[in-house]
Amino acid sequence: MKTLEDLKALRERLKSDIKVRHAQETKIIVGMGTCGIAAGAREVMSAVLDELAVRRLNEVQVQQTGCIGMCEQEVLLDVVRPNEPRITYGRVKPSDVKRIIADHVVNGRIIEDMVVGKIEEQE
Amino acid sequence: MREISLHLLDLVQNSIEAGASTVEITVDEDEAGYFVFIVADNGRGMNKELVNSVRDPFVTTRLTRKVGLGLALLSMSTARCGGVLDIQSQEGKGTKVKAAFLQDHLDRPPLGDLAATLKVLLTANPALRLIVNYKSGGGEFLLDSMQLKEILGESLAFGHPEVYSWLSDYLKQEIGKVGKSGR
Repeated sequence: MKTLEDLKALRERLKSDIKVRHAQETKIIVGMGTCGIAAGAREVMSAVLDELAVRRLNEVQVQQTGCIGMCEQEVLLDVVRPNEPRITYGRVKPSDVKRIIADHVVNGRIIEDMVVGKIEEQE
Repeated sequence: MREISLHLLDLVQNSIEAGASTVEITVDEDEAGYFVFIVADNGRGMNKELVNSVRDPFVTTRLTRKVGLGLALLSMSTARCGGVLDIQSQEGKGTKVKAAFLQDHLDRPPLGDLAATLKVLLTANPALRLIVNYKSGGGEFLLDSMQLKEILGESLAFGHPEVYSWLSDYLKQEIGKVGKSGR
């Protein structure tokens, strides 16, 4: 049984754990247009959030975006590590998420066979 | 869409793209025999012409492609289930989309995983105020993300691993209490 009181207690306990968020953190962005959702974006996003929680990766920001026009490649998932190009993975399934987080997000190794796009400049 | 909850996710994405800072979701599983949901936002709204044409799949405001399927799919789905789709919008004020399905129609999509839709929206859009009112046989579930944010304070996000775990469990539990079993 989870209550709002639990959340308050959690906040008290985490007080010392809180640090200022800086812009320089890794981002994961999932396409959530109609095309992405129909292709399973919610499940991919849930898998990302679950995996980050399991690994206790607090320094990764998860965001959603709309359709970017590559509907046939959905679900699209972008990984942006600080000072590195933005990498877009296509046709991502929830079962791919562990690998993307382990290889790319944590260890910085791009999974070439899943890449559908690469943007060099920084956001 | 296989689930009402996926339509909700889709509509809230529209609201976000319309610049909304507050989105209110209402779901009533049995409003006089109809399954009804409403997504109301304070985004930039649409003019009359766009409101009248927005169910057409070949109308979209997006520049990346020439079709817009979200409201077209929802319009088809409600019509097939003996229901209606009502879209009200005022430029500069916001948009309110109301969908009604005959509750016991065979083709009505199930509510689906509302908890998953909400946790994704809350975690990926920390600046958005999300207000949820879900009514069903088991009672009512109310959620205002602002209340949760007040508890958490400025620097603790829904994405923090432990907060996210609490949120997942809490949503599942509270929505489970209210929801009817089965479809």
